[in-house]
Amino acid sequence: MVGGGGVAVEECVGQVVLPGDVLFLPTHPDEDGERLRLGASPAPPTKLLCGPGLRRCDAGLLVTKCGLLRHRQAAGGAYWVDSQQKRYVPIKGDHAIGIVTAKAGDVFKLDVGGSEQASLSYLAFEGATKRNRPNVQVGDLIYGQFVVANKDMEPEMVCIDSSGRSSGMGIIGQDGFLFKVSLGLIRKLLAPKSEIIQELSQLYPFEMVLGMNGRIWVKARTVQQTLIIVNILEAYGETVFKASSSCELTGVTTRICKKNVAKMTSGCEQNVWRKCLKANTHF
Amino acid sequence: MKPSPISNCERRFLLRAIEEGKRLDGRQCYDYRNVSISFGTEYGCCIVELGKTRVLAQVSCELVPPKPSRPTEGILFVNLELSPMAAPGLEPGRQSDLLVKLNRQIERCLRNSRCIDTESLCVVAGEKVWQIRLDIHLLNHDGNIIDAASVAGIVALCHFRRPDVSVQGEEVTVYTPEERDPVPLSIHHMPICVSFAFFQQGTYLLVDPSEREERVMDGLLVIAMNKHQEICTIDSSGGIVLVKNQVLRCSKITAVKVAEITELIQKALENDQKVRKEGGKFGFAESIPNQKITAFKMESAAVDTNNVEEQAEEIITKADPPSEVPVLYTPGTAQIGEGIENSWGDFEELEKEEAAEEEGEDDATAFECQKMEIEDTNMMEETKTDEPILLSDSEEEEVVILQPQELPKKTRAQTNLKQGSTSKKAFIKRRKKKRAAH
Repeated sequence: MVGGGGVAVEECVGQVVLPGDVLFLPTHPDEDGERLRLGASPAPPTKLLCGPGLRRCDAGLLVTKCGLLRHRQAAGGAYWVDSQQKRYVPIKGDHAIGIVTAKAGDVFKLDVGGSEQASLSYLAFEGATKRNRPNVQVGDLIYGQFVVANKDMEPEMVCIDSSGRSSGMGIIGQDGFLFKVSLGLIRKLLAPKSEIIQELSQLYPFEMVLGMNGRIWVKARTVQQTLIIVNILEAYGETVFKASSSCELTGVTTRICKKNVAKMTSGCEQNVWRKCLKANTHF
Repeated sequence: MKPSPISNCERRFLLRAIEEGKRLDGRQCYDYRNVSISFGTEYGCCIVELGKTRVLAQVSCELVPPKPSRPTEGILFVNLELSPMAAPGLEPGRQSDLLVKLNRQIERCLRNSRCIDTESLCVVAGEKVWQIRLDIHLLNHDGNIIDAASVAGIVALCHFRRPDVSVQGEEVTVYTPEERDPVPLSIHHMPICVSFAFFQQGTYLLVDPSEREERVMDGLLVIAMNKHQEICTIDSSGGIVLVKNQVLRCSKITAVKVAEITELIQKALENDQKVRKEGGKFGFAESIPNQKITAFKMESAAVDTNNVEEQAEEIITKADPPSEVPVLYTPGTAQIGEGIENSWGDFEELEKEEAAEEEGEDDATAFECQKMEIEDTNMMEETKTDEPILLSDSEEEEVVILQPQELPKKTRAQTNLKQGSTSKKAFIKRRKKKRAAH
């Protein structure tokens, strides 16, 4: 039971909250004024989503991770904590990139960056039958989603959705490069109007797979182009927390991309490309 | 915790990039990462950062009886420790091979090269000598631990001051730092290790490998040298066969790198001494900048950005535009983008074989599939102006696609079986014969 000292949740949106903080939910006026309320707690608002980093407690919301508190009004409202994390914890429904570490009979063992290895049945691919096995080797990359992910069991992944179609999941191709970034950057890249993705797509065509476990797979036409994208994304991840507003970031990303391309493709001393990024990201 | 495995595509990409002479962070083959040295408040404590690899070294001393075989010499004890803080794959307590190997290399580099004068550490011959203990801790593992550890070790030894001692007859007086200034160790020379990673059986060489590069390397060559170009140790591991001129080339590169690093060390030591003498603030709190959670640290350097935008535009316009001609991997399929190879083995062949063996609806689906494929190719050839490039590793000399007849669905199977099965079976047999011939 947490003692007094909670704050109303609206006041904390956009501020840093620490684990142990109690946030009081807004009290809604009763829709039906005649109904008696049994119990001291206010009637909970309908369909309010309590996102990652927050937990329901009797007084309201209890913060479990440190970070910035965010709020979204759409669809009944949602509160969550935007925290920085690099270590992934498997969550059901998340799409992640796994590396095959072992083939044990009917099941592949994947490393997803969590505390346990995930298991993936060979039948969980589109069009797989007992005779028609997928061609998976140890060390291959797989893009799938979690169907079982809780703290008591090892996580399980599948490469088909609920209707049996693969919808983009499965074995990721041979070339390309895999690298790791923080989980916050992945969420930022997956946002509907991510400027950095739009800017990058104007440079040259490339393929990219984003896993919620912090892994990104990129493939462009040449090694040089792939390396440019890898470095841009890693640098973007390091600077994304410096930006206080998104409008500053748009201009910066254009310049990062253009300078990166210039330095790496013109054959100048390749050490200089990094300095370009730094020159632009002081703001 | 198990370290995350390296996937096949990463390995392949890294090797390809190395063949083209490119490294992940944009360095050249012979480039070192940035070395930065910072000192603590106590004498003999320093942190060395080689890129993201961070190593902490601490020197301490104690008066002990000497070894019976060497009664007039002091003792230097070097100890390197790896902890899970540095990398998830390193477990505490367990003496892994890596730890033993690193310890041995550092010991050979510092102790066997006689970089410090152990005779000057003798206080009373046969009874009391100074034991200098050097502890090196790895704080973050991003490749090339041995280089960072050797630099940290020698810097800490140079930085260290031991208490002053005076001997009068049988009496030995050890002065505290307040009574008399502590005395530095007498260092003959500064041996520094430089690592070379070899790839593709010794064809390609990289200096200062990062963690990813270390995982895919074939072998490692470590040369410890001082600024007078004297080689202190050479160590080759990984079982690669090295040619004489490769080793000579590496030693020349080592000489250049060691000269640069020694200069950097001297400058760092001088700066620290100056700050201490002037009474300014020194220590880790000053030299390592504040690492707030909202401020990631990246090295900053000046750059000439005068007309970079024009250069970039030039390069983008000069570069080849993406080709309009689509490249297909198997005939008869449509693809969007470059896509990936069909990793299901030969899907169509399997289906046709199964259809021949198992009668029933499989036949209907196989025929329908082929019909759709034909439609696809027709449509594609009409819409695209250029001929699509077909890349197919099909072993068949000719592909015969059977034309299905216009028949209703369910009954199709039975009627087609009777009509087409014989020819189809013959076809399959022909194909099997071709395969057997291969």
